[in-house]
Amino acid sequence: MSKEGTRLPLLGAVTAAALGTAFALVFFYAPIDADQGFIQKIFYLHVPLGIVTLGGFVAGGVMGAQFLRTGDRRWDLRSYVAIHLSLILAIGVLATGSVWARASWGHWWVWSEPMLVSFLVVFLLYCCYQPLRFAIQDPDLQARAAAVFAVMAGAFVPLNFVAVRLAQPVTHPRVLSATGGEMPRAMRLTFVIAMVAMALLYVLLWRLELMRKTTAIEIRALRRVLDERPTPAGPSIAAAEPLHRHASYSA
Amino acid sequence: MPAIPLDEPGAYVAGAYVIFVVLLVAYVAVMARHITRTREDLRRLADSVREDR
Repeated sequence: MSKEGTRLPLLGAVTAAALGTAFALVFFYAPIDADQGFIQKIFYLHVPLGIVTLGGFVAGGVMGAQFLRTGDRRWDLRSYVAIHLSLILAIGVLATGSVWARASWGHWWVWSEPMLVSFLVVFLLYCCYQPLRFAIQDPDLQARAAAVFAVMAGAFVPLNFVAVRLAQPVTHPRVLSATGGEMPRAMRLTFVIAMVAMALLYVLLWRLELMRKTTAIEIRALRRVLDERPTPAGPSIAAAEPLHRHASYSA
Repeated sequence: MPAIPLDEPGAYVAGAYVIFVVLLVAYVAVMARHITRTREDLRRLADSVREDR
């Protein structure tokens, strides 16, 4: 079995254990918040999910920059998978945040709240990534344009985050600020474990998706080699390596 | 006492966690479908190689 084949099940088991521990701590260990009451339990899901999602967007930008620097198509694929996964998790962030807002503020959405609107802007920005990418037929141009988008949008994410934190007035809680929202030890421990669990989940899903896409690309490249091979004496299948350099990710 | 109280805040908390689980399960289901398709492509490729030999 390959290294990847042995590491992924281990990563899956660790992730499942971390998620199980985190959820158990949320419901059986972390105290009820004196201010928000029971609905504060959403915080342990919503905030780590949000941080991991934004981190994934930034990671996608860094991987895009790596592609532009090296020209290695594997970085482009990694960047694509990171952004794709973050976009899906962002739906979860918006939905869980909306549920919390309804429970806490009595509204599903508050347009005057910078934190909500800024996250929506980031989400909508990244919704443009795939249409932009797959509107370009040429694989090299497609990869370059997608990488430039990933870098620019990835740089926008932390800038946006800082701008929102400086914004006034605010309704959305600033639980991780240096000046306020100090958490009791039990809450902090639960939050840290939830954060680690969510990060592990992201890495697990990213690696699974990456492995699946890489396999699909290699199969397509092998198929092309087989189809183009002059029979009976042509280039061997092994001559098609490295396969990822010839592959387009449009399927 | 249940871990999630059966009142209004409990329903919202349960709703948020259910959304997360449903999203996760849906993502894994889509990935499983893609993996099935990839395995099918691999099987067809293997058949082609065997026919060529």
